Amino acid sequence: MEEGKPITKNVDWMVVLIYIACLGIGWVNIYAAVYNPETHSSIFDLSNNAGKQLMWIGTTFILIICILVIDYKFYETFSFIIYAIVIFLLVVVLFAGSNINGSRSWIKFGAISLQPAQFANLAVSLAISKYLSDPAISLTRKLKDYYPILGIIILPSILILLSNETGSMLVFASFAIILYREGMPGFIPAIGIVSAALLIISLLYNSWYIAGAIIFIAGIVIWLMPVMTRRRGGLMATVLIAIVMISIVFGVDFFMNNVLQKHQRGRIMVLLDPDSDPRGIGWNVIQSKIAIGSGGFSGKGFLQGTQTKFDFVPEQSTDFIFCTVGEEHGFIGTAVVVTLFILLISRLVILAERQRSRFARVYGYCVAGIFFFHFLVNVGMTIGLMPVIGIPLPFFSYGGSSLWSFSVLLFIFLKIDAQRPFTLSRG
Amino acid sequence: MLENRRFVIIGFFTLIGIIYLFRLFYLQVLDESYSIESSSNSIKRVIEVPFRGQIYDRNGKLIVYNTPVYDLLVTPNKVKVDDTLRFCRVLGIERREFDSLINAAGSYSRNKPSLFLRQLSKEDFASIQDIMVDYSGFEFAKSSMRTYKAATLANTLGYVSEISKTQLEKQEEPYYRQSDYIGQTGIEKIYEHELRGKRGTKFIMQNVAGVYKGAWKNGELDTMAVAGENLYSGIDIDIQQYADSLMVNKVGSIVAIEPKTGQILSMVSAPTYDPNFLATRHFSRNYTTLYRNPYKPLFNRPVMASYRPGSTFKLIQALIGLQEGVITPNSGFTHANCPIGCHNHPGTPTVALGVTHSCNPYFYNVFRRIIYNNKISNTFKASAVGLDDWHDKISKFGIGQQLGIDLPSERKGNLPDKKYYDKIYGENRWKFSNIYSLSIGEGEILITPLKMANVAAIIANKGYYYTPHVIHGIGEKKVLKPEYAVRHETGVAAHNFDPVIEGMLGAVEGGTARRSRVEGISIAGKTGTSQNKRGMDHSIFIAFAPVEDPKIAIAVFVENAGAGGSAAAPIANLIIEKYLTRNVTNKALEKRIMEADFMKNVILPAPPKPVIKDTAKRRQGIPMVPVEKPMPKVINWFKRF
Repeated sequence: MEEGKPITKNVDWMVVLIYIACLGIGWVNIYAAVYNPETHSSIFDLSNNAGKQLMWIGTTFILIICILVIDYKFYETFSFIIYAIVIFLLVVVLFAGSNINGSRSWIKFGAISLQPAQFANLAVSLAISKYLSDPAISLTRKLKDYYPILGIIILPSILILLSNETGSMLVFASFAIILYREGMPGFIPAIGIVSAALLIISLLYNSWYIAGAIIFIAGIVIWLMPVMTRRRGGLMATVLIAIVMISIVFGVDFFMNNVLQKHQRGRIMVLLDPDSDPRGIGWNVIQSKIAIGSGGFSGKGFLQGTQTKFDFVPEQSTDFIFCTVGEEHGFIGTAVVVTLFILLISRLVILAERQRSRFARVYGYCVAGIFFFHFLVNVGMTIGLMPVIGIPLPFFSYGGSSLWSFSVLLFIFLKIDAQRPFTLSRG
Repeated sequence: MLENRRFVIIGFFTLIGIIYLFRLFYLQVLDESYSIESSSNSIKRVIEVPFRGQIYDRNGKLIVYNTPVYDLLVTPNKVKVDDTLRFCRVLGIERREFDSLINAAGSYSRNKPSLFLRQLSKEDFASIQDIMVDYSGFEFAKSSMRTYKAATLANTLGYVSEISKTQLEKQEEPYYRQSDYIGQTGIEKIYEHELRGKRGTKFIMQNVAGVYKGAWKNGELDTMAVAGENLYSGIDIDIQQYADSLMVNKVGSIVAIEPKTGQILSMVSAPTYDPNFLATRHFSRNYTTLYRNPYKPLFNRPVMASYRPGSTFKLIQALIGLQEGVITPNSGFTHANCPIGCHNHPGTPTVALGVTHSCNPYFYNVFRRIIYNNKISNTFKASAVGLDDWHDKISKFGIGQQLGIDLPSERKGNLPDKKYYDKIYGENRWKFSNIYSLSIGEGEILITPLKMANVAAIIANKGYYYTPHVIHGIGEKKVLKPEYAVRHETGVAAHNFDPVIEGMLGAVEGGTARRSRVEGISIAGKTGTSQNKRGMDHSIFIAFAPVEDPKIAIAVFVENAGAGGSAAAPIANLIIEKYLTRNVTNKALEKRIMEADFMKNVILPAPPKPVIKDTAKRRQGIPMVPVEKPMPKVINWFKRF
């Protein structure tokens, strides 16, 4: 904190308010999700998830105060050290972790269990920001500058994968956003998105139809192309892209039918069509959609949700907390939550852009990206737009580790942002 | 300009947000398939079928009530039966039946539950309930089975059965649904609206294992089922059963009415069957059996069978004659100049003696005077006018009309008028000499047993009647239908009844029905012998008693049993005695009547067809097979990616 300037004056209150709103709505919904109409347990009852979450919220506030008190330079200086500590914990957990829900990813400190994987996001964000804060590094020109970033990401990925927390690893995909912002050519994410779309489409529809559609679109593109472009290789490029896309389509088809075993194929198909296995993997998605859908426009009312309460929806208070919002508060409730998230991450991007240091900016983008990815996947899976991947909804899902890690992630950035008037640009 | 990429990034975020909002709006607001009612998952809409109203007899005895049973419903799309054979064994059905039941249910709806098996008893339900958890797509629904306390009154009460496709389509207000029960005949049909009550809807919550978790929203949206209204009948169930026992091995009808109110005391249609026979889930098989029976037990004879009234009709002729003034109580006629023969009996110098001895020429003359009671000299024209005049007066007794009893399919019978004979002979081409058979209740006139009982009631009341009715009280307030409170006058003065009643008394005391007289009870009766083309005459008797204060008016028709005095009169008098004193003194007569078999005289229209046995062998009830408890399956609901 700088001379006499209270932190309260410079901290971005909009983000803080959204954060508090999310915590409050989340807490109330956790209570609703675990509420048992037969026992009428209190929201403060420490034996249920709502009571425990209140305890976690309390400890989180202590944590936030610590973050705000610590000098902002600490995070930049100790980036790599924090990264190293988290890597160390990830290794420790592989050998000494407690087994909870089938994954050995928890460390027990007395009564409290922590999941180091949850803090990997923070460590990787700090490490990437620190690495990119060197002005000599350019993602636009030098390919070799990407290698350290890949290393920073891959190392914890392997460790997390080994401890069976695939969902947490997939979150690292969110770093594509900051790489794009810092100069990664646009065609790379574009290719990524198009490939993913092609993959899904080729699983759903007949390959020949897709091939026909691609040729048709390519034809239109060439026809609309200015003559000059066409002469200068535009024609060849379009044809080439079309051929590559068609090969992907048939490749996927071949892979699905000839390489994969039948049961493996089933597991992939069920992601796209939950109805193909309504009692197995598809169950979660179907029940979640019913819960949200049955909420209607204004919801069934607080504590009136039945799909979530009577165990139709799995993991009601953690990964599927969004169902409770949807069922009890209807479209009004879900729209509020979606809006809160989009406001939060957009605000974070705006804050990141106004940073003077590159470290702060990159870190801000990392935070926005991580929240966005969690939102995208978690809400997406409850409404059947994303495969079921077990990652929490930030600030809403029950769980100490995730609440702590998201709060720390966010408030480190707010702290850095609050010091912005007193920092000088170095990048 | 890398800074500008932030717009791409924020745009992308916003785009995803908007896509999600659209998706949510679709799921929550537009897509009805996830609404409370159709998702039917944690909140279930349960239709509460109310109890059908019960029916009581005149002494407050319960005759019809409901036994709780369970129906098994199936939702074809949800059916998952791994081991069909075991499933069929548990339910006691065959594989073929299983398939056809599923198909039948599927043709109605694949997503909504429809009936699979009906009316499982409480015991059956208890033993298969646990096992059914293993088979998805099946559920139980509470239901009830109509139960008849006494095995009697089948045609009067009628039966309920599953609503037919045509009935389903024809209903005016859409109330009934597939597989609902509806009253098909008798009281069950006529009072369907009162009996059925009001269906209720309940929203209940259940958890993932299907365990009941209470009412949804504390039952705010529920509507209560309202039980059907109870009906109070004038039937005396003891007398009814006694009358039944007298009609064993006979074909015919008995109708007993309380003259002062028009309430039906007893109504026998013989041969009959146990109404419970049509209340089980083997309805269609049992119905077919009854339908194929050559004696037509489903034919409700008291209101649907029409007979020539025979000599019983002479009572009405006498009354009309007296009222018209064409005869006086002291008018006498001899057998001279009469084309109708008569039996040997003492002289008939008065109306009363004419009735007592049932003298045919007497009433030939009376009818002749009635017909020619006008100033027209042309006998053809005089007959035409006279007949129509006569027709109008007879109509007032309800003859040739629908009385309006609360039973379906009441027949009018036939009361010929001018038009009727014009059709047969041509206008002005017939006269009294063509129609004189009517004078003694033969010829073209046809009357149902109910109407003859009503005639007895009219005479008992000396001139008026209330429309005979089975039910005199609807609901707890015992509301009487207004049409049954209307006093119908016949237009015959009360004093004109005296000589007729005197004659009827004489008939029982020392006339045609003397063999069945009851000591200590003054019964006024009249025998009838109805000629018919098929075999022996039908035996008819109408009566009322006690004469001083009539409590019961009765008509008995026994087909092919000979003269009125031989079968019908003893039956009527036994019932009268039983009803008035609760006792029967003439045990020998009672025994003889009960053992008499007039059924063998009945000539059937065609040799009875051999009853084809159902090829599909069904079993009564459900044979219970001990079934091993299945291992509890642990389902891992949540699989992480």
